[in-house]
Amino acid sequence: MSGNMNLTLKVWRQKDEKSKGKIVDYQVKGISPDMSFLEMFDVLNEDIIKKGETPIAFDHDCREGICGSCSMHINGRPHGPKSGITTCQLHMRSFKDGDTIVVEPWRAAAFPVLKDLVVDRSAFDRIIQSGGFISVNTGEAPDANAIPIPKKYADEAFDAATCIGCGACVAACKNSSAMLFVSAKISQLALLPQGEAEAKQRVESMIDQMNEEGFGACSNTGACTAECPKEISQVNIARLNREYISAKLTSDNV
Amino acid sequence: MNWFVKTFSGSIGRKLLMALTGLFLCTFLVIHLIGNLQLLKTDGGEAFNHYAKFMTSNPLIKTVSYLLYTSILAHAVFALLLTIANRKARPQGYTVVNNQSSWSSRNMGILGTIVLAFIVFHMKDFWAEYHFEDLPMYTLQDGTVVKDLYLEVMNAFKSGIYVALYVVCMGAIGFHLWHGFESGFQTLGLNHKKYTPFIKTTGKVFSVAISIAFAIIPLTVYFFRQ
Ligand code: HEM
Ligand code: SF4
Ligand code: FES
Repeated sequence: MSGNMNLTLKVWRQKDEKSKGKIVDYQVKGISPDMSFLEMFDVLNEDIIKKGETPIAFDHDCREGICGSCSMHINGRPHGPKSGITTCQLHMRSFKDGDTIVVEPWRAAAFPVLKDLVVDRSAFDRIIQSGGFISVNTGEAPDANAIPIPKKYADEAFDAATCIGCGACVAACKNSSAMLFVSAKISQLALLPQGEAEAKQRVESMIDQMNEEGFGACSNTGACTAECPKEISQVNIARLNREYISAKLTSDNV
Repeated sequence: MNWFVKTFSGSIGRKLLMALTGLFLCTFLVIHLIGNLQLLKTDGGEAFNHYAKFMTSNPLIKTVSYLLYTSILAHAVFALLLTIANRKARPQGYTVVNNQSSWSSRNMGILGTIVLAFIVFHMKDFWAEYHFEDLPMYTLQDGTVVKDLYLEVMNAFKSGIYVALYVVCMGAIGFHLWHGFESGFQTLGLNHKKYTPFIKTTGKVFSVAISIAFAIIPLTVYFFRQ
């Protein structure tokens, strides 16, 4: 078909967590501009399998921008050249015939590479487990309507709740800071009355866990928001800082 | 661990100290600049020497100056701790990086180091000389005899290399504050659509104005006063 592309890919290959990895070059031919980036990888992997080699391991699940697993650092940017989307939502029409594309895993001490492009993001799970929940039963769906919540707060909480835990914020940040992720997870609960009761404990525990996992501090560069597929705003980080300061000043944890 | 120690050994706590000391240092820059602008007066050093005497003898100013030295030290120490921890958070880098953030925001450590080097030499050249060396004396209009710091500064600004380095360091301060000013407020949790646009504009204007105003003084002396 006309308009199809031939590309050079430079992909990070690493056998397992212990091995030293390296960039390996691949050629892919006849890629349709309508393919997604992951479909292009499927084509590449089929070629690799036909050659009897080990296909490139990469995380993916929903392929529609909601699970957050498709972590790929493409030409220097998490999820590639477009803003507000995940790798699975990136189409090959964003590239030109003959392009060279460099694909690397997320880089962070807290996200060790397991194999090729697959990283272990369970540090995020442990942060959530440390406090990103409400301990009491908040009832069935209709009960939510029994508590009056100003639309403004409901909207802001919902915006924060769109975070899919993909880790692009960490990947983009020069400090591998997880502050945007944590700020989204704090905000979605801090803005609602159901979340208020445990607010102080929550923010202290989650920040302790975040520090313990080895994520860096926030330098307010804003690179995270620029790369976040859900465009989680910096306003959330300011809220997290406020929550943290007020918890430190008033909580009972001596 | 004691909650206080724990707070300031964590990432947000350290950043809070950076923001508080950094913003305090911004107010100091304004005061310092007002003093330095006295150097441009063609009064043989009367206004500037008067200012120097006031700054080193007024008890309130002296107290604040100790807070100032502590702030610079704390700001620099916590900058180092943060920078080390931030580096450790990414042991292996990318082969290609196309970071979507401002250059200043990514290079606060380098910019700060230049500023620190400047402060150290600056303190040696003027602060230490004024305090510990025998300088030529100057008689103020009210009859008080003081060390002639004005003459010291004028002599230093005769050197083209000195002036060039001075101007470069003022550039570094400008870039440091281009990001630092608004960043300090964000760290303190002050981000609101009512005032954040104002803070951001003020930060940009402040950083440009401060660095240009400081740099203009040695340039004027070098090119027009001798
Ligand atoms: C007149 C002198 C200085 C002023 C007015 C100043 C001001 C500031 C301000 C307002 C911030 C923003 C704080 C925040 O992001 O919350 C900042 C950050 C920073 N400063 Fe300074 N600073 C000065 C000197 C220095 C020196 C001497 C150093 C280094 C030794 C330094 C290193 C840093 C670093 C590394 C940051 C960024 C920290 C981070 O975001 O991780 N600064 N500064
Ligand atoms: S804040 Fe954005 S970039 Fe970070 S994990 Fe959530 S969705 Fe991904
Ligand atoms: S595969 Fe689920 S977000 Fe991309």
